[in-house]
Amino acid sequence: MTRTGGLNVRDVTFRYGAKTALDCAGFDVAPGRFAALLGPNGAGKSTLFGLLTRLFTTAEGRISVAGHDIAREPRAALARMGVVFQSPTLDLDLTIRQNLRYFAALHGLSGRDAARRIDAALERLDIAERAGERARDLNGGHRRRTEIARALIHGPDVLLLDEATVGLDAASRHAIVDHVHRLAAEDGLTVLWATHLTDEVRDTDRLIVLHRGRIRADGEAGELRGAQSLTDYFLATTGEDA
Amino acid sequence: MSAYLTALRAIVLREALRFVHQRERFLAALVRPLVWLLVFAAGFRAALGLSIIPPYQTYITYETYIVPGLCGMILLFNGMQSSLSLVYDRETGSMRLLLTAPLPRGWLLFCKLLGSTLIGILQVYAFLAVAWLFDIEMPALGYVAALPALLIAGLMLGALGLAISSFIKQLENFAGVMNFVIFPMFFLSTALYPLWKMAESSDLLRDICAANPFTQAVELIRFALYLDWNLAALGWVALSLAAFLALALWGYDPARGFVRRKG
Repeated sequence: MTRTGGLNVRDVTFRYGAKTALDCAGFDVAPGRFAALLGPNGAGKSTLFGLLTRLFTTAEGRISVAGHDIAREPRAALARMGVVFQSPTLDLDLTIRQNLRYFAALHGLSGRDAARRIDAALERLDIAERAGERARDLNGGHRRRTEIARALIHGPDVLLLDEATVGLDAASRHAIVDHVHRLAAEDGLTVLWATHLTDEVRDTDRLIVLHRGRIRADGEAGELRGAQSLTDYFLATTGEDA
Repeated sequence: MSAYLTALRAIVLREALRFVHQRERFLAALVRPLVWLLVFAAGFRAALGLSIIPPYQTYITYETYIVPGLCGMILLFNGMQSSLSLVYDRETGSMRLLLTAPLPRGWLLFCKLLGSTLIGILQVYAFLAVAWLFDIEMPALGYVAALPALLIAGLMLGALGLAISSFIKQLENFAGVMNFVIFPMFFLSTALYPLWKMAESSDLLRDICAANPFTQAVELIRFALYLDWNLAALGWVALSLAAFLALALWGYDPARGFVRRKG
Protein backbone atom coordinates (compact mmCIF):
# COMPACT_ATOMS: atom_id res chain seq x y z
CA MET A 1 0.00 0.00 0.00
CA THR A 2 1.39 3.41 -0.88
CA ARG A 3 0.04 6.82 -0.06
CA THR A 4 0.23 10.09 -1.89
CA GLY A 5 2.43 13.04 -1.26
CA GLY A 6 5.39 11.94 0.80
CA LEU A 7 7.64 14.65 2.14
CA ASN A 8 9.13 17.50 0.14
CA VAL A 9 11.67 19.98 1.40
CA ARG A 10 12.81 22.73 -0.98
CA ASP A 11 15.64 25.23 -0.49
CA VAL A 12 15.03 25.68 3.22
CA THR A 13 17.30 28.15 4.96
CA PHE A 14 17.15 29.01 8.63
CA ARG A 15 19.30 31.28 10.76
CA TYR A 16 19.74 31.76 14.49
CA GLY A 17 20.84 35.35 14.39
CA ALA A 18 24.07 35.37 12.41
CA LYS A 19 24.53 31.60 12.48
CA THR A 20 23.09 29.67 9.54
CA ALA A 21 21.64 26.41 10.86
CA LEU A 22 20.18 25.23 7.54
CA ASP A 23 21.51 26.39 4.21
CA CYS A 24 19.35 25.74 1.16
CA ALA A 25 18.49 22.25 2.37
CA GLY A 26 16.26 20.27 0.03
CA PHE A 27 15.17 16.66 -0.52
CA ASP A 28 12.12 14.57 -1.34
CA VAL A 29 11.00 11.37 0.29
CA ALA A 30 8.62 9.37 -1.87
CA PRO A 31 5.50 7.87 -0.30
CA GLY A 32 6.21 4.60 1.49
CA ARG A 33 9.97 5.13 1.70
CA PHE A 34 12.16 4.96 4.77
CA ALA A 35 14.61 7.83 4.63
CA ALA A 36 17.43 8.16 7.14
CA LEU A 37 18.57 11.68 7.87
CA LEU A 38 22.10 11.12 9.04
CA GLY A 39 24.17 13.88 10.53
CA PRO A 40 26.56 14.49 13.42
CA ASN A 41 25.34 16.41 16.45
CA GLY A 42 24.80 20.04 15.56
CA ALA A 43 24.28 19.30 11.86
CA GLY A 44 20.87 20.99 11.81
CA LYS A 45 18.63 17.94 12.26
CA SER A 46 16.66 19.32 15.16
CA THR A 47 16.26 22.66 13.43
CA LEU A 48 14.87 20.83 10.42
CA PHE A 49 12.46 18.94 12.67
CA GLY A 50 11.34 22.17 14.27
CA LEU A 51 10.51 23.52 10.82
CA LEU A 52 8.86 20.29 9.63
CA THR A 53 6.57 20.27 12.66
CA ARG A 54 5.97 24.03 12.47
CA LEU A 55 7.22 24.70 15.96
CA PHE A 56 8.83 27.61 14.21
CA THR A 57 8.77 28.85 10.64
CA THR A 58 11.11 30.31 8.06
CA ALA A 59 10.38 32.60 5.15
CA GLU A 60 13.03 30.91 3.00
CA GLY A 61 12.13 27.65 1.32
CA ARG A 62 9.10 25.40 1.21
CA ILE A 63 8.04 22.27 3.03
CA SER A 64 5.12 20.07 2.09
CA VAL A 65 3.77 17.06 3.95
CA ALA A 66 1.51 14.58 2.12
CA GLY A 67 0.84 17.24 -0.48
CA HIS A 68 0.06 20.05 1.97
CA ASP A 69 2.28 23.11 2.09
CA ILE A 70 3.08 23.69 5.77
CA ALA A 71 3.09 27.48 5.42
CA ARG A 72 -0.22 27.70 3.57
CA GLU A 73 -2.12 24.76 5.08
CA PRO A 74 -0.41 24.18 8.42
CA ARG A 75 -3.27 22.30 10.03
CA ALA A 76 -3.81 19.95 7.09
CA ALA A 77 -0.08 19.24 7.04
CA LEU A 78 0.07 18.62 10.81
CA ALA A 79 -2.95 16.32 10.60
CA ARG A 80 -1.13 14.08 8.11
CA MET A 81 2.01 13.90 10.20
CA GLY A 82 3.05 11.69 13.12
CA VAL A 83 5.98 12.89 15.20
CA VAL A 84 8.26 11.24 17.72
CA PHE A 85 10.30 13.93 19.41
CA GLN A 86 13.81 13.50 20.67
CA SER A 87 12.88 14.46 24.23
CA PRO A 88 10.30 12.25 25.94
CA THR A 89 6.77 13.60 25.88
CA LEU A 90 4.81 11.05 27.88
CA ASP A 91 3.07 12.15 31.04
CA LEU A 92 4.70 9.75 33.48
CA ASP A 93 1.87 9.83 36.01
CA LEU A 94 -0.71 8.76 33.47
CA THR A 95 -1.23 5.28 32.09
CA ILE A 96 -0.27 4.41 28.55
CA ARG A 97 -3.90 4.46 27.53
CA GLN A 98 -4.53 7.84 29.18
CA ASN A 99 -1.50 9.28 27.40
CA LEU A 100 -2.74 7.99 24.07
CA ARG A 101 -6.27 9.16 24.69
CA TYR A 102 -4.99 12.68 25.39
CA PHE A 103 -3.11 12.69 22.11
CA ALA A 104 -6.09 11.28 20.20
CA ALA A 105 -8.24 14.11 21.55
CA LEU A 106 -5.70 16.69 20.41
CA HIS A 107 -6.35 15.28 16.95
CA GLY A 108 -10.10 15.49 17.41
CA LEU A 109 -10.63 11.78 18.09
CA SER A 110 -12.71 10.58 20.99
CA GLY A 111 -15.00 7.80 22.18
CA ARG A 112 -15.10 4.45 20.45
CA ASP A 113 -13.24 5.61 17.38
CA ALA A 114 -10.31 6.75 19.52
CA ALA A 115 -10.38 3.53 21.58
CA ARG A 116 -10.30 1.39 18.43
CA ARG A 117 -7.38 3.32 16.97
CA ILE A 118 -5.47 3.24 20.25
CA ASP A 119 -5.89 -0.54 20.47
CA ALA A 120 -4.72 -0.95 16.89
CA ALA A 121 -1.63 1.23 17.42
CA LEU A 122 -0.70 -0.56 20.66
CA GLU A 123 -1.15 -3.88 18.90
CA ARG A 124 1.05 -2.73 16.03
CA LEU A 125 3.90 -1.93 18.40
CA ASP A 126 3.39 -5.09 20.53
CA ILE A 127 2.62 -3.22 23.73
CA ALA A 128 -1.12 -3.84 24.01
CA GLU A 129 -0.74 -5.75 27.28
CA ARG A 130 0.97 -2.75 28.93
CA ALA A 131 -1.85 -0.31 28.19
CA GLY A 132 -3.02 -0.05 31.79
CA GLU A 133 0.41 0.62 33.27
CA ARG A 134 1.70 4.03 34.21
CA ALA A 135 4.31 5.41 31.84
CA ARG A 136 6.66 5.80 34.81
CA ASP A 137 6.72 2.02 35.25
CA LEU A 138 7.89 1.29 31.70
CA ASN A 139 11.51 1.04 30.59
CA GLY A 140 12.96 3.42 28.03
CA GLY A 141 12.36 1.08 25.11
CA HIS A 142 8.69 0.61 25.90
CA ARG A 143 8.21 4.32 26.46
CA ARG A 144 9.62 4.94 23.01
CA ARG A 145 7.34 2.32 21.52
CA THR A 146 4.43 3.99 23.22
CA GLU A 147 5.42 7.29 21.63
CA ILE A 148 5.62 5.67 18.22
CA ALA A 149 2.24 4.00 18.76
CA ARG A 150 0.87 7.38 19.75
CA ALA A 151 2.22 8.99 16.59
CA LEU A 152 0.22 6.45 14.55
CA ILE A 153 -3.20 6.86 16.18
CA HIS A 154 -4.54 9.44 13.77
CA GLY A 155 -3.37 7.43 10.74
CA PRO A 156 -0.68 9.79 9.42
CA ASP A 157 0.93 9.49 5.98
CA VAL A 158 4.29 10.78 7.11
CA LEU A 159 6.13 9.73 10.25
CA LEU A 160 8.97 11.89 11.58
CA LEU A 161 11.31 10.56 14.24
CA ASP A 162 14.02 12.70 15.77
CA GLU A 163 16.80 10.56 17.27
CA ALA A 164 14.16 8.15 18.51
CA THR A 165 16.65 5.63 19.92
CA VAL A 166 18.71 8.00 22.06
CA GLY A 167 19.48 6.48 25.44
CA LEU A 168 18.18 2.99 24.64
CA ASP A 169 20.07 -0.29 24.99
CA ALA A 170 21.13 -2.23 21.89
CA ALA A 171 18.22 -4.68 21.95
CA SER A 172 15.54 -1.98 22.29
CA ARG A 173 17.27 0.08 19.65
CA HIS A 174 17.31 -2.79 17.22
CA ALA A 175 13.65 -3.63 17.88
CA ILE A 176 12.52 -0.06 17.30
CA VAL A 177 14.55 0.39 14.12
CA ASP A 178 13.01 -2.84 12.89
CA HIS A 179 9.48 -1.77 13.79
CA VAL A 180 9.74 1.52 11.99
CA HIS A 181 11.20 -0.10 8.87
CA ARG A 182 8.19 -2.38 8.81
CA LEU A 183 5.83 0.57 9.12
CA ALA A 184 7.25 1.91 5.88
CA ALA A 185 7.39 -1.44 4.08
CA GLU A 186 4.06 -2.90 5.21
CA ASP A 187 1.87 0.11 5.95
CA GLY A 188 3.19 2.42 3.27
CA LEU A 189 4.19 5.19 5.66
CA THR A 190 6.72 7.77 4.55
CA VAL A 191 9.37 7.81 7.27
CA LEU A 192 12.03 10.38 8.02
CA TRP A 193 14.37 8.92 10.63
CA ALA A 194 16.92 11.37 11.99
CA THR A 195 19.95 9.80 13.63
CA HIS A 196 23.68 10.12 14.09
CA LEU A 197 24.17 6.35 14.30
CA THR A 198 25.13 4.64 11.05
CA ASP A 199 24.13 1.15 12.22
CA GLU A 200 20.46 2.18 12.14
CA VAL A 201 20.58 2.65 8.37
CA ARG A 202 20.02 -0.25 5.95
CA ASP A 203 21.43 -0.48 2.45
CA THR A 204 17.98 -0.26 0.89
CA ASP A 205 17.11 2.91 2.83
CA ARG A 206 17.14 6.28 1.31
CA LEU A 207 20.05 8.14 2.90
CA ILE A 208 20.31 11.90 3.31
CA VAL A 209 23.49 13.19 4.91
CA LEU A 210 23.21 16.55 6.62
CA HIS A 211 26.31 18.36 7.81
CA ARG A 212 26.69 21.96 8.96
CA GLY A 213 23.26 22.81 7.69
CA ARG A 214 23.78 21.50 4.17
CA ILE A 215 22.80 18.30 2.40
CA ARG A 216 26.07 16.52 1.59
CA ALA A 217 24.69 13.34 0.03
CA ASP A 218 21.32 12.02 -1.04
CA GLY A 219 20.63 8.57 -2.52
CA GLU A 220 20.21 4.90 -1.69
CA ALA A 221 22.47 4.02 1.23
CA GLY A 222 23.99 0.92 -0.42
CA GLU A 223 24.85 2.76 -3.61
CA LEU A 224 26.26 5.78 -1.82
CA ARG A 225 28.62 3.83 0.41
CA GLY A 226 29.84 1.51 -2.37
CA ALA A 227 32.52 -0.84 -1.09
CA GLN A 228 33.26 1.00 2.14
CA SER A 229 31.33 0.66 5.37
CA LEU A 230 28.63 3.22 5.99
CA THR A 231 30.59 4.57 8.95
CA ASP A 232 33.65 5.18 6.77
CA TYR A 233 31.50 6.74 4.09
CA PHE A 234 29.82 8.97 6.66
CA LEU A 235 33.12 10.09 8.17
CA ALA A 236 34.51 10.84 4.72
CA THR A 237 31.43 12.81 3.72
CA THR A 238 31.22 14.87 6.86
CA GLY A 239 34.93 15.68 6.71
CA GLU A 240 37.46 16.71 9.25
CA ASP A 241 35.42 17.08 12.42
CA ALA A 242 33.15 14.09 12.13
CA MET B 1 -18.33 16.85 19.29
CA SER B 2 -16.11 19.06 17.21
CA ALA B 3 -12.34 18.70 17.23
CA TYR B 4 -12.07 21.99 19.12
CA LEU B 5 -14.20 20.83 22.03
CA THR B 6 -12.61 17.38 22.09
CA ALA B 7 -9.20 19.00 22.48
CA LEU B 8 -10.52 21.47 25.08
CA ARG B 9 -11.94 18.70 27.20
CA ALA B 10 -8.75 16.63 26.98
CA ILE B 11 -6.46 19.54 27.84
CA VAL B 12 -8.59 20.62 30.81
CA LEU B 13 -8.81 17.03 32.02
CA ARG B 14 -5.06 16.64 31.77
CA GLU B 15 -4.51 19.79 33.83
CA ALA B 16 -6.91 18.40 36.42
CA LEU B 17 -5.16 15.00 36.50
CA ARG B 18 -1.81 16.69 36.85
CA PHE B 19 -3.12 18.70 39.75
CA VAL B 20 -4.53 15.60 41.44
CA HIS B 21 -1.12 13.99 41.16
CA GLN B 22 0.56 16.97 42.79
CA ARG B 23 -0.98 16.98 46.24
CA GLU B 24 1.83 19.11 47.63
CA ARG B 25 0.88 21.83 45.19
CA PHE B 26 -2.69 21.84 46.45
CA LEU B 27 -1.53 21.90 50.04
CA ALA B 28 0.87 24.77 49.37
CA ALA B 29 -1.84 26.65 47.52
CA LEU B 30 -4.10 26.30 50.52
CA VAL B 31 -1.60 26.87 53.30
CA ARG B 32 -0.11 30.06 51.82
CA PRO B 33 -3.27 32.20 52.02
CA LEU B 34 -4.28 30.60 55.31
CA VAL B 35 -1.01 31.69 56.88
CA TRP B 36 -1.74 35.21 55.71
CA LEU B 37 -5.29 35.02 56.97
CA LEU B 38 -4.70 33.45 60.33
CA VAL B 39 -1.26 34.75 61.26
CA PHE B 40 -0.58 37.95 59.38
CA ALA B 41 -4.09 39.34 59.58
CA ALA B 42 -4.43 38.53 63.25
CA GLY B 43 -1.35 40.56 64.06
CA PHE B 44 -2.12 43.32 61.62
CA ARG B 45 -5.71 44.06 62.57
CA ALA B 46 -4.60 46.07 65.58
CA ALA B 47 -2.30 48.26 63.52
CA LEU B 48 -4.78 49.08 60.78
CA GLY B 49 -8.06 50.84 61.31
CA LEU B 50 -10.53 50.33 58.49
CA SER B 51 -13.36 52.69 57.73
CA ILE B 52 -16.52 51.67 55.96
CA ILE B 53 -15.81 51.57 52.24
CA PRO B 54 -17.81 50.00 49.41
CA PRO B 55 -18.80 47.24 48.99
CA TYR B 56 -18.89 46.91 52.78
CA GLN B 57 -21.89 48.42 54.58
CA THR B 58 -20.63 48.02 58.06
CA TYR B 59 -17.36 47.80 59.94
CA ILE B 60 -15.49 44.67 59.04
CA THR B 61 -12.57 42.85 60.58
CA TYR B 62 -9.24 42.95 58.84
CA GLU B 63 -9.52 39.21 58.22
CA THR B 64 -12.66 39.82 56.25
CA TYR B 65 -10.99 42.62 54.32
CA ILE B 66 -8.07 40.54 53.06
CA VAL B 67 -10.06 37.46 51.96
CA PRO B 68 -10.63 38.74 48.37
CA GLY B 69 -6.97 39.73 48.16
CA LEU B 70 -5.96 36.25 49.20
CA CYS B 71 -8.32 34.76 46.61
CA GLY B 72 -6.47 36.92 44.10
CA MET B 73 -3.16 35.72 45.50
CA ILE B 74 -4.17 32.10 44.90
CA LEU B 75 -5.01 32.91 41.29
CA LEU B 76 -1.80 34.89 40.87
CA PHE B 77 0.36 32.06 42.20
CA ASN B 78 -1.60 29.55 40.17
CA GLY B 79 -1.07 31.60 37.02
CA MET B 80 2.66 31.82 37.66
CA GLN B 81 2.82 28.15 38.58
CA SER B 82 1.28 27.11 35.29
CA SER B 83 3.61 29.50 33.54
CA LEU B 84 6.46 27.68 35.24
CA SER B 85 5.10 24.33 34.15
CA LEU B 86 4.81 25.65 30.58
CA VAL B 87 8.50 26.48 30.56
CA TYR B 88 9.18 23.03 32.01
CA ASP B 89 6.90 21.41 29.40
CA ARG B 90 8.81 23.18 26.71
CA GLU B 91 12.07 21.76 27.94
CA THR B 92 10.70 18.24 28.28
CA GLY B 93 8.86 18.26 24.98
CA SER B 94 5.19 17.89 25.94
CA MET B 95 4.64 21.47 24.79
CA ARG B 96 5.81 20.34 21.35
CA LEU B 97 3.23 17.61 21.41
CA LEU B 98 0.51 20.12 22.20
CA LEU B 99 1.58 22.63 19.58
CA THR B 100 1.79 20.07 16.78
CA ALA B 101 -1.91 19.29 17.15
CA PRO B 102 -3.78 20.31 13.99
CA LEU B 103 -5.69 23.16 15.64
CA PRO B 104 -5.00 26.88 15.73
CA ARG B 105 -2.22 27.59 18.18
CA GLY B 106 -4.28 30.32 19.83
CA TRP B 107 -7.01 27.83 20.64
CA LEU B 108 -4.55 25.30 22.10
CA LEU B 109 -3.05 27.97 24.33
CA PHE B 110 -6.48 29.14 25.39
CA CYS B 111 -7.46 25.57 26.36
CA LYS B 112 -4.33 25.34 28.47
CA LEU B 113 -5.13 28.72 30.05
CA LEU B 114 -8.71 27.75 30.83
CA GLY B 115 -7.61 24.43 32.31
CA SER B 116 -5.20 26.02 34.74
CA THR B 117 -7.67 28.79 35.62
CA LEU B 118 -10.31 26.24 36.58
CA ILE B 119 -7.75 24.55 38.85
CA GLY B 120 -7.05 27.95 40.41
CA ILE B 121 -10.75 28.56 41.03
CA LEU B 122 -11.01 25.18 42.71
CA GLN B 123 -8.23 26.22 45.08
CA VAL B 124 -9.99 29.52 45.81
CA TYR B 125 -13.18 27.75 46.83
CA ALA B 126 -11.23 25.35 49.04
CA PHE B 127 -9.69 28.41 50.72
CA LEU B 128 -13.06 30.13 51.11
CA ALA B 129 -14.43 26.98 52.69
CA VAL B 130 -11.63 26.89 55.27
CA ALA B 131 -12.07 30.62 55.93
CA TRP B 132 -15.75 29.97 56.50
CA LEU B 133 -14.85 27.35 59.09
CA PHE B 134 -12.99 30.14 60.88
CA ASP B 135 -16.15 32.27 60.83
CA ILE B 136 -15.01 34.54 58.04
CA GLU B 137 -18.21 34.53 56.07
CA MET B 138 -19.46 36.25 52.93
CA PRO B 139 -23.10 36.55 51.89
CA ALA B 140 -24.22 33.07 50.78
CA LEU B 141 -25.00 34.15 47.24
CA GLY B 142 -21.70 35.98 47.08
CA TYR B 143 -19.93 32.67 46.74
CA VAL B 144 -21.88 32.04 43.53
CA ALA B 145 -21.62 35.60 42.25
CA ALA B 146 -17.84 35.47 42.69
CA LEU B 147 -17.49 32.65 40.17
CA PRO B 148 -17.51 34.78 36.99
CA ALA B 149 -15.24 37.32 38.70
CA LEU B 150 -12.80 34.58 39.66
CA LEU B 151 -12.93 33.20 36.14
CA ILE B 152 -12.07 36.45 34.41
CA ALA B 153 -9.48 37.40 37.04
CA GLY B 154 -7.94 33.94 36.81
CA LEU B 155 -7.84 34.06 33.02
CA MET B 156 -6.18 37.48 33.16
CA LEU B 157 -3.47 36.38 35.61
CA GLY B 158 -3.02 33.10 33.72
CA ALA B 159 -2.63 34.98 30.45
CA LEU B 160 0.05 37.08 32.11
CA GLY B 161 1.82 33.86 33.10
CA LEU B 162 1.44 32.53 29.58
CA ALA B 163 2.93 35.68 28.11
CA ILE B 164 5.82 35.58 30.56
CA SER B 165 6.49 31.91 29.82
CA SER B 166 7.00 32.64 26.14
CA PHE B 167 9.77 35.10 26.96
CA ILE B 168 11.62 33.03 29.52
CA LYS B 169 14.37 31.12 27.83
CA GLN B 170 15.26 28.77 30.66
CA LEU B 171 13.73 27.36 33.76
CA GLU B 172 16.48 28.86 35.89
CA ASN B 173 15.30 32.37 35.11
CA PHE B 174 12.07 31.74 36.88
CA ALA B 175 13.16 33.06 40.26
CA GLY B 176 13.22 36.48 38.63
CA VAL B 177 9.52 36.19 37.95
CA MET B 178 8.85 35.81 41.64
CA ASN B 179 10.83 38.94 42.45
CA PHE B 180 9.70 41.12 39.60
CA VAL B 181 6.13 40.01 39.00
CA ILE B 182 4.47 38.29 41.94
CA PHE B 183 5.77 40.41 44.81
CA PRO B 184 5.27 43.87 43.26
CA MET B 185 1.87 42.88 41.92
CA PHE B 186 0.73 41.61 45.28
CA PHE B 187 2.15 44.29 47.53
CA LEU B 188 1.30 47.22 45.25
CA SER B 189 -2.36 46.29 45.28
CA THR B 190 -5.45 46.56 47.44
CA ALA B 191 -5.04 42.98 48.58
CA LEU B 192 -3.66 44.03 51.96
CA TYR B 193 -4.66 47.70 52.33
CA PRO B 194 -7.38 49.79 50.73
CA LEU B 195 -6.44 52.52 48.28
CA TRP B 196 -7.15 55.38 50.67
CA LYS B 197 -4.69 53.89 53.11
CA MET B 198 -2.06 53.86 50.36
CA ALA B 199 -2.86 57.49 49.53
CA GLU B 200 -2.04 58.45 53.10
CA SER B 201 1.56 57.56 52.47
CA SER B 202 1.91 58.62 48.83
CA ASP B 203 -0.33 59.63 45.95
CA LEU B 204 2.05 58.07 43.49
CA LEU B 205 1.85 54.77 45.32
CA ARG B 206 -1.93 54.98 45.21
CA ASP B 207 -1.89 55.63 41.46
CA ILE B 208 0.42 52.69 40.84
CA CYS B 209 -1.85 50.50 42.94
CA ALA B 210 -4.94 51.67 41.10
CA ALA B 211 -3.39 50.93 37.71
CA ASN B 212 -2.16 47.50 38.79
CA PRO B 213 -4.38 44.92 37.05
CA PHE B 214 -4.08 42.73 40.14
CA THR B 215 -5.73 45.47 42.23
CA GLN B 216 -8.63 45.56 39.82
CA ALA B 217 -8.88 41.77 39.88
CA VAL B 218 -9.03 41.83 43.68
CA GLU B 219 -11.66 44.58 43.69
CA LEU B 220 -13.71 42.71 41.11
CA ILE B 221 -13.69 39.64 43.36
CA ARG B 222 -14.34 41.74 46.48
CA PHE B 223 -17.42 43.41 45.01
CA ALA B 224 -18.72 40.17 43.51
CA LEU B 225 -18.46 38.43 46.88
CA TYR B 226 -20.85 41.12 48.17
CA LEU B 227 -23.19 40.76 45.20
CA ASP B 228 -22.07 43.98 43.64
CA TRP B 229 -20.47 44.51 40.23
CA ASN B 230 -17.55 46.84 40.03
CA LEU B 231 -17.75 47.74 36.36
CA ALA B 232 -14.60 49.85 36.32
CA ALA B 233 -12.62 46.93 37.73
CA LEU B 234 -14.30 44.56 35.29
CA GLY B 235 -13.35 46.78 32.36
CA TRP B 236 -9.77 47.12 33.51
CA VAL B 237 -9.41 43.37 34.08
CA ALA B 238 -10.95 42.58 30.68
CA LEU B 239 -8.63 45.05 28.99
CA SER B 240 -5.61 43.55 30.75
CA LEU B 241 -6.77 40.07 29.76
CA ALA B 242 -6.95 41.12 26.11
CA ALA B 243 -3.51 42.74 26.28
CA PHE B 244 -1.83 39.76 28.00
CA LEU B 245 -3.50 37.30 25.60
CA ALA B 246 -2.27 39.29 22.62
CA LEU B 247 1.21 39.36 24.11
CA ALA B 248 1.11 35.60 24.73
CA LEU B 249 -0.07 34.88 21.19
CA TRP B 250 2.71 37.04 19.82
CA GLY B 251 5.19 35.33 22.14
CA TYR B 252 4.14 31.91 20.88
CA ASP B 253 3.95 32.88 17.21
CA PRO B 254 5.88 30.22 15.24
CA ALA B 255 7.52 32.95 13.15
CA ARG B 256 9.10 34.25 16.36
CA GLY B 257 10.42 30.78 17.06
CA PHE B 258 10.06 30.59 20.85
CA VAL B 259 11.07 26.92 20.86
CA ARG B 260 14.06 27.26 18.64
CA ARG B 261 16.80 24.86 19.46
CA LYS B 262 20.21 24.43 18.08
CA GLY B 263 20.95 21.03 16.68
